[in-house]
Amino acid sequence: MLSRLKFILPLMAAGALLAAPTASAVPAEPAAATAPQLETIIKPKASTADHSKFKELNRNFQTGPQVTEACLICHTEAAKQVQHTKHWTWESTDPKTGQVRGKKNIINNYCTSPVSNEKDCMACHAGYGWKDDKFDFKVEKNVDCLICHDQTGTYRKLPGDAGHPVYKRVEFPKGSGKFVEPADLKKVAQSIGMPTRSNCGSCHFFGAGGNGAKHGDLDASLQHPGKYLDVHMDEKGLNFTCTTCHATSSHEVSGSRYNVAAAVKGPAHIRGKQDESPAACQSCHSDKPHHEAMLNQHTEKLACQTCHIPEYARNEIGTEASWDWSQATIMGADGKPMVSKDSAGRRKFDSKKGTWVWDSYVIPEYRWYNGVSTYKVIGDKIDPSKTVQINEVGGAPGDADSRIWPTKVHRGKQPYDKVNNYLTVQHTAGEDHTALWHNYDWQKAIGAGMKAAKLPYSGEYGFVDTEMTWPITHMVAPKHDALACEQCHSKSGRLQGIEGVYLPSRDSNKWLDMIGWTLVMLSLIGILIHGGLRIYTGKNKGQHK
Amino acid sequence: MNAVNRRIYLYNRYERFWHWSQALLVILMMITGFEVHGSYKLLGFGNAVNLHTVAAWTLLTLWAFTIFWQFTTDEWKQYIPSLKKVDAMVRYYAYGIFLNAPNPFHKTAAKKHNPLQRLAYLALLSMVSPVIWGSGLFYLFYSSWKSLGIDAWLSLEAVAFVHTAGAFMMLVFFIAHVYLTTTGHTPTAHIKTMVTGWEEVD
Ligand code: HEM
Repeated sequence: MLSRLKFILPLMAAGALLAAPTASAVPAEPAAATAPQLETIIKPKASTADHSKFKELNRNFQTGPQVTEACLICHTEAAKQVQHTKHWTWESTDPKTGQVRGKKNIINNYCTSPVSNEKDCMACHAGYGWKDDKFDFKVEKNVDCLICHDQTGTYRKLPGDAGHPVYKRVEFPKGSGKFVEPADLKKVAQSIGMPTRSNCGSCHFFGAGGNGAKHGDLDASLQHPGKYLDVHMDEKGLNFTCTTCHATSSHEVSGSRYNVAAAVKGPAHIRGKQDESPAACQSCHSDKPHHEAMLNQHTEKLACQTCHIPEYARNEIGTEASWDWSQATIMGADGKPMVSKDSAGRRKFDSKKGTWVWDSYVIPEYRWYNGVSTYKVIGDKIDPSKTVQINEVGGAPGDADSRIWPTKVHRGKQPYDKVNNYLTVQHTAGEDHTALWHNYDWQKAIGAGMKAAKLPYSGEYGFVDTEMTWPITHMVAPKHDALACEQCHSKSGRLQGIEGVYLPSRDSNKWLDMIGWTLVMLSLIGILIHGGLRIYTGKNKGQHK
Repeated sequence: MNAVNRRIYLYNRYERFWHWSQALLVILMMITGFEVHGSYKLLGFGNAVNLHTVAAWTLLTLWAFTIFWQFTTDEWKQYIPSLKKVDAMVRYYAYGIFLNAPNPFHKTAAKKHNPLQRLAYLALLSMVSPVIWGSGLFYLFYSSWKSLGIDAWLSLEAVAFVHTAGAFMMLVFFIAHVYLTTTGHTPTAHIKTMVTGWEEVD
């Protein structure tokens, strides 16, 4: 008997042990399955060309276009390549819907539209001289090579110069007492290198005109990030640059919110493979990156980002949650324009622009998303009785190409044409008498903006609530900071409003629960009565005949 | 409690081991299962899932041995139902027990369970267990549904429904079962028997 037991016990234990690894749902220790480890990441190597040794660049350049002409002597195809990209055209055609979007064509709920404001906005155009609708997109010397390739960190483009860098010492912002020095274009040209985080960040960290304002997952803290903020860009760790993921060929940068690879399937990519979406997590990690089947199975419903970016704007820089343009043109008590900041020093009110609400460590809003967004482009009709969606994110529960994505939803209140029912283009920036930021007159600003956009304006404007939805994909947290199971698997978890999935712990059949617990209660009451009666009749004390 | 008492050896070592380890596992499965279900928070969802799954595999292993044991020892015959004396048992539990009437059933090594017990255990074996196991195995292999083509005709919601229904049945059985163990000649007599194997009979 004893020997039989001895035999059985270990077998049972073995059975349980064998079973355990198939069962575990909580990540086992080292979970980075397919991504290359630290030691194997190749540090950026020095280029084979030292640009300071080229006689073509050993000149005192007066302007940006002069530098570009010098670049093109050797890089004969570079400008043509750039001219095919969004960085140049500010236009993007959706491969699925055919809709033509891009900064040039949409109206967002931050600065709204560059149209009629080109002189300011084009500080972030990879070109020189786009100041109105007469800009010639074929002139090669107007491609700005330096904004992406400068390695001195001295090359700056300011609003007002239509994309030209600072050529003369200038006070910026005006009246601030701070001055920006012109860059030595010769030094800049001789410093040339591959784009670093600062190059990309000089525009992309400051979208909507403020550090972190627009994206929420992109801000200047990514210049020197620690591991907590970004496990890939961690300066002391993997130290990725933007282009490590946004792999680029022929100046075409991969990965774009206009065309998101929302549900990449299959194994990690290898060198030589045709790569459709190198910027997606799966291109290094595959769609089965965990040791546990149960976790891998989650990738059929969830984007990686959903668990691995538990919060965005994870710093004091924060990001804008809302922008209310209807408050613009309100003056201070003295009748003069005024500005104010919130307790963290972030813009809160500006008579030119309205009010903002900022947020840090933001919990994303989750949406089914298939990577296709349909935008409101200039002239699209709106229904002002509802919150206007600047972009409708496509996708549906159960759709094979949709995943649950984390998003930043930016809420706005912005002008629209009350008769024609479309969002308006307004002339905000500039020194002329119609510019909102100069004369604080909405009527004139909208009139001028609509004229530039070649759109009829009824003369009646109002303000409408808008929402813009941004998929969150940067600031990937270290694995220990990823969401824990119960943050979604619970009654009031992150995915509360997400339909189309049965989520154990969140979902259950109300009827079954009611009937089940009623039966349980009834049996408990039954034994209480039965047991009570037994005690009461006092005849169950062990004595028997 | 006097000299007329006889002791019989009712449950051998394996039987007791099997009973108590099954009891432990089922309690664990109920605690973790209803947490997974969302009825309360105790261990955390992830831990509950892991424990529930390990317990499921352990129970499966235990059952494999126990089924083997039942058939090699002929003990399975203990579950053959008989309707004889069922009415007497019902009457006993319904009022005889309060009147200090004698238990109409006398345990022997060949007949360990009273007729009502036999019916209850048979119901557990033939209804509750298949419901829980069938649905539990589907649940367990959810990550393979796609490759097996199961996702085309089965939803997790349905599996969870059936499994939870089984869990409620198990819980009700458990409550009644634990209560009935107190109906021996002392409240703990049946439990002692299952621990030592020895039953005092008159
Ligand atoms: C006394 C026995 C058991 C009880 C009381 C029980 C109870 C439960 C309950 C209430 C749930 C939650 C269902 C939901 O709301 O989604 C659950 C989940 C589950 N049960 Fe059971 N169960 C038992 C036995 C088993 C067995 C034998 C298996 C496997 C063969 C199993 C596998 C599972 C699985 C896989 C889940 C889903 C949780 C997960 O993801 O691992 N259960 N159980």
